[in-house]
Amino acid sequence: MALLEVKDLDIHYGAIHALKGVSISVEEGQIVTLVGSNGAGKTTTLRALSGLVGASRGDITFAGKSIRGKKPHEIVRVGIAHSPEGRGIFASLTVRDNLELGAYSRNDKAGIASDIERSFSRFPILKEREKQAAGTLSGGEQQMLAVARALMARPKLLLLDEPSLGLAPQIVHAIFRIIREINAEGMTILLVEQNAHMALSIANHGYVLETGQIKMSDDAKKLAASDEVRKAYLGG
Amino acid sequence: MSSFLQFLFKGISVGSLYALIALGYTMVYGILQFINFAHSDVFMLGAFFSYRLAVKLDWLTPSPIQATALLLMAMAMCAITGFLIERLAYRPLRHAPRLNVLITAIGVSLFIENTGQLIFGKNVIGVRSLPQLPEHVFHIAGIPVRAVEVIAVVTAVALMIGLQALVFGTKIGRGMRAVAIDHNIAGLMGIPVDRIISFTFIIGSALAAAAGLLVALTYGQIKQPADASWVLYGLKAFVAAVIGGIGNLPGAMLGGLLLGLSEQFVAGYLSTTFRDAIAFGLLILILLVRPSGLLGKRVVEKV
Repeated sequence: MALLEVKDLDIHYGAIHALKGVSISVEEGQIVTLVGSNGAGKTTTLRALSGLVGASRGDITFAGKSIRGKKPHEIVRVGIAHSPEGRGIFASLTVRDNLELGAYSRNDKAGIASDIERSFSRFPILKEREKQAAGTLSGGEQQMLAVARALMARPKLLLLDEPSLGLAPQIVHAIFRIIREINAEGMTILLVEQNAHMALSIANHGYVLETGQIKMSDDAKKLAASDEVRKAYLGG
Repeated sequence: MSSFLQFLFKGISVGSLYALIALGYTMVYGILQFINFAHSDVFMLGAFFSYRLAVKLDWLTPSPIQATALLLMAMAMCAITGFLIERLAYRPLRHAPRLNVLITAIGVSLFIENTGQLIFGKNVIGVRSLPQLPEHVFHIAGIPVRAVEVIAVVTAVALMIGLQALVFGTKIGRGMRAVAIDHNIAGLMGIPVDRIISFTFIIGSALAAAAGLLVALTYGQIKQPADASWVLYGLKAFVAAVIGGIGNLPGAMLGGLLLGLSEQFVAGYLSTTFRDAIAFGLLILILLVRPSGLLGKRVVEKV
């Protein structure tokens, strides 16, 4: 049984029908990616999983239990952490404050302290900037902070929304290498990306989302090789 | 020189009371971006609750322990009131346009004032019926200062230190700061946003209650619940919050102090006629030269 199972999800923003019967499933230990153009509904899907938007139909099951209708902070407690679109770091707070906020759902002080040390050894730049306001970090550093902060909740599933957004190619490569490392350590990841090429290259399974509907679902390698995807998203 | 010191002490004492009330305005604004017009009514209730408690418990000449207990009980009662106001009136409008919440706040304010008149009556409660603190007079640098003013300053400062420790030194305080920045992202961190908002109202209302009791003792009377002086006092505290930079805690304290001092100096050296005008004069000046307030946030942000 899959760790995350989304079934026939419908989402409305007022009169706009943003998701139409979306079904996806994420197996434990995998990287699953959701690719598609701007406005296809990728971010909306993640926001629904985190409880930031309510679904009008369908169900979301995580580890065998329905989480539809739960509030965002309850979903974090169930084991889903979300690194949002645009990174969503707290710019006026320090890097350390950001990391500690990521662990808000936990009460094991010693565990939190050792996880902060782990973040610092994974991202040494964050250690150097520990006491700086997070808003003074570069885009790539902010993205690292956003990922490190999401991991502070010790999730079973990590949702990543456009980690490559606005970053230089070398930085994007560094971020994707880190995503692969985190996955190799056992973390299940649902990755939303406009950069379909990069996303499909590290994912096990991929979904193509178009105007709120799943158009294709296949093994990531096969999707990357398919003519349709190459034409539409990989520039021929 | 001696009158200078007198104005200075009086200014500090009045200013710390403004600061206590200003903190409640600024915390709610920081977290919900709206002005809680009912805050001055919670402040008024603080005065009445403590007075009624003192009468009921027959503590009209309270010992220091009884006085502290009165203060804490009034704070607890106003905390519950603040919690209920948010829960019943504001939370159902969480996703409504801000103007709706603002109008609701005015409605809550009128409701409390009129209910207050029903419960507490329409007469001024004079100095003789109030709890009597020792009318001891201190001499600081040769200037006589009333005990009640010293008590007001000490209490206000202690509460502000406590608040500062809460907001910047505890987990729930970190949660409050995160919710003030972004509700959605705070939720994604696992922060129970609604509970943090309730907590903010509880703390702000408790501080207003303390101010209510201290103001009653300082001025030696409690005017009736719907008297305009309550609203004026609240409005000045709100101005203090704006002067310091709305949404900023140290700003509210600084603004309160600044307002208290300028009022006393203007009243002392120029004329008492201008005492009330000074708050709004300062407000206009600040809005012209530094609209985000003295300590208003200017966030360093790179996108």
